[in-house]
Amino acid sequence: MKKLFLSVIGMYIGILASFSQGKQPPDSSGYPSRKLSFEEANIVSSYYSQDGNNSAVTGGIGSEKLTDIANVFDLKVSMYDRRHRKHSFTGEIGIDHYTSASSDKIDPKTISSASHADTRFYPSFGWTMENEKRGTTVGAGVSYSSEFDYQSLGVNVNFAQKTRNKNGEFSAKLQAFVDQVTLIYPVELRSGSFGEDDDYATTGRNTFAGGLSWSQIINKNFQLLFDGEVIYQQGYLGLPFHRVYFDDNSVHVENLPSTRLKIPLGIRANYFIGDKFILRTWYRNYHDDWGINSNAVQVETVFKLNPFLSVTPFYRFYQQSAADYFAPYQEHTGADQFYTSNYDLSKFNSNFFGAGFRIAPPQGVFNIKHLNALELRYGHYLKTTGMNANIITMNLKFK
Amino acid sequence: MTTRKRQKLTTPFLLLIVMSGLLLASCKSVKEYQKNKLNDSEMSLSGRKVEKTELNFQSYREGASGANGGKIGGGCGCN
Repeated sequence: MKKLFLSVIGMYIGILASFSQGKQPPDSSGYPSRKLSFEEANIVSSYYSQDGNNSAVTGGIGSEKLTDIANVFDLKVSMYDRRHRKHSFTGEIGIDHYTSASSDKIDPKTISSASHADTRFYPSFGWTMENEKRGTTVGAGVSYSSEFDYQSLGVNVNFAQKTRNKNGEFSAKLQAFVDQVTLIYPVELRSGSFGEDDDYATTGRNTFAGGLSWSQIINKNFQLLFDGEVIYQQGYLGLPFHRVYFDDNSVHVENLPSTRLKIPLGIRANYFIGDKFILRTWYRNYHDDWGINSNAVQVETVFKLNPFLSVTPFYRFYQQSAADYFAPYQEHTGADQFYTSNYDLSKFNSNFFGAGFRIAPPQGVFNIKHLNALELRYGHYLKTTGMNANIITMNLKFK
Repeated sequence: MTTRKRQKLTTPFLLLIVMSGLLLASCKSVKEYQKNKLNDSEMSLSGRKVEKTELNFQSYREGASGANGGKIGGGCGCN
């Protein structure tokens, strides 16, 4: 934890140092500057806590208590090349530290074992090149994520083309993630005697995704976005420490198919009503070949108390059907080929509601010139399975 | 999943597609100088930074993910 706080302090100092160079002087030739210039930086910090009684680690029963402190820092800089194309570079570093009651049950003989807490580190880097004259943007990015039992390497490429009147934009994106899952089984299902420092075997999980989106301005107050993705996963798609208890009380490790095809289709519509209200809506329809079908809808209303201060209450409703392979504690039988008691794959509805607060005064937040905006957001999440969660997030934007 | 259930789930999306088609047909060309409201930072159609960690926890705690600017792979975070 100490390291985590030191890292966050380091990021704040890094941002302040980046401002100390000041702004680039304007280019007298009339062409945009070809020097690298600062665009914006963000710090997003959140605290999440959840509780429930359907932990997958203990076969669908037991505490789901978990807390997570997340800190994400991103920095965007840009420059123009000889052909007046804008190159933007984005770097991001994220650090999550979580504690989980259920992880401690992987080896219940230990008290507060190393597995009860972990830190996830996830840097990423992206580049885009925008030709403002032609209305095209191309880009690419890489990402990495590491925690004790999971490593992931990601790459992505993207392309966007604006319509001639610049009222619409078509975008396409391809992503791939190559992951390594460390096979840490529940202690009673391990062969041989493994201790905390033993080398565990690993196995692969790959994710490939293609996405298309279309954004369109309807009129000067209203715009829409259609978003569709096809996501294909292959490899080890369960988790090795998820127990499943059969009807004969025998214990097994979750077993799921080695492929999964997901198709989410979404639409987002934002409407500026009068001068003080913005209605933001989002809807998604989702299908996958594990039998999960889902609908989700979110409505947010931005109340602009003045041009620099706004309050945003929001509500999100989500429903899903159960995966074909889900059954609660002691309801699977020996005849089942695939089985899980992970309640995230069960049938449920969820409600998520809360409010956000944003301040962006022209002289800077707290009169700090480069602190462009401060945003706070709190949400309460309730599942019909009994799980509940709270999340509070802060975003500091520097410009 | 029965065919009836599947139809029940896809009906809202099909309705939305039809409604959106009608909306797109009523599009008006908006000039750059008329976009002051569309360019408001709170009108953005892309993912909002303050929602980033919310989208992460939702993708872990729910069976569905994607089409919202959130995570679709990479990193486990499941407990």
